[in-house]
Amino acid sequence: MKRFLIPIVLFIVLIGFLAVGLKRDPRDVPSPLVGKPAPAFSLPMLVGGQSLSPQDMRGKVWLFNVWASWCVSCRDEHPVLVKFVKSGKMPEILIVGLNYKDQTDDAKAWLARFGNPYTLSLVDADGRVGIDYGVYGVPETYVIDKRGVIRMKHTGPITEESLTSRIMPLLATLEAEPR
Amino acid sequence: MIMKFCLWLLLSLTLLAPLQANEAVPMAEDPVLEARLVQLSDNLRCLVCQNESLSGSHADLAKDLRREIRGLMKAGKSDAEILDFMVARYGDFVLYRPPVKPTTWLLWGGPFVLLVAAIFLLLNLLRRRAVALRDSPPPEQLSEAERLRARSLLDGESSAKKDVLS
Repeated sequence: MKRFLIPIVLFIVLIGFLAVGLKRDPRDVPSPLVGKPAPAFSLPMLVGGQSLSPQDMRGKVWLFNVWASWCVSCRDEHPVLVKFVKSGKMPEILIVGLNYKDQTDDAKAWLARFGNPYTLSLVDADGRVGIDYGVYGVPETYVIDKRGVIRMKHTGPITEESLTSRIMPLLATLEAEPR
Repeated sequence: MIMKFCLWLLLSLTLLAPLQANEAVPMAEDPVLEARLVQLSDNLRCLVCQNESLSGSHADLAKDLRREIRGLMKAGKSDAEILDFMVARYGDFVLYRPPVKPTTWLLWGGPFVLLVAAIFLLLNLLRRRAVALRDSPPPEQLSEAERLRARSLLDGESSAKKDVLS
């Protein structure tokens, strides 16, 4: 009996590793940008056309949400953001959209149709700023603190669950931090 | 009649085919740079289709990143600087050959640790077997009667098989 004990234990350990591996999401790649200052840019706004850079957001906690009218999972995420803004739970939090590789007219029509949760949206027509932020799948969301440091990256659509359990608590702590 | 229609259909489809082809990528612009790009991006992962390399992927992001790398190469950046550019944005995950650092020691060293452990176990096993063989009593000799019986069994084997089969 004892000679079978070691193989069985090894087998169970192997199964354990495989089980953990199955549960992990291979698309969720940790971003090296977390804890680093948000990469600089200067992009025109979707409406109005004035340009904005992360410098202008100093002193504010903001969500930087990458979206596009061609992005299918953005439609899942969008109602969650609209609801979050409408609820008025955290009015001090700004949501800046990054309209990634989109047609301006399509983007405007999309916001008119599904609602606009964004304080403002910026146009990244050729995706260069997206590359600087390490965007590889839309939607993606960055939480940026008052000092302009990226504190969290969320890949994929924000759900009701991820918003209430992970993002909102972080926003509350960041809001309490001094400038 | 139908035959003729089919032929016309085939002919018109053939005429349409070139219209469906993709826009040509400016490959011949600088063959040396393109070769360097392919060599470098072969070792980079496309993050959209994760098991494809950046050089082989048709994903939009891969095209953008190749454009970006092309730009960096034209600006005179070295391969190491371009890899740093990629890692700063996407992490070590973009590299098919991860760097050796404390978090990857197990990854790089693990197989060698297993190999050494296996060799150690094998040597141990062989030594124990050698000791067991040396210490075991010599095999008993067969008596004359047993030897004859074994011989007859071995000789009769082929005919015995035939009996069973028939």
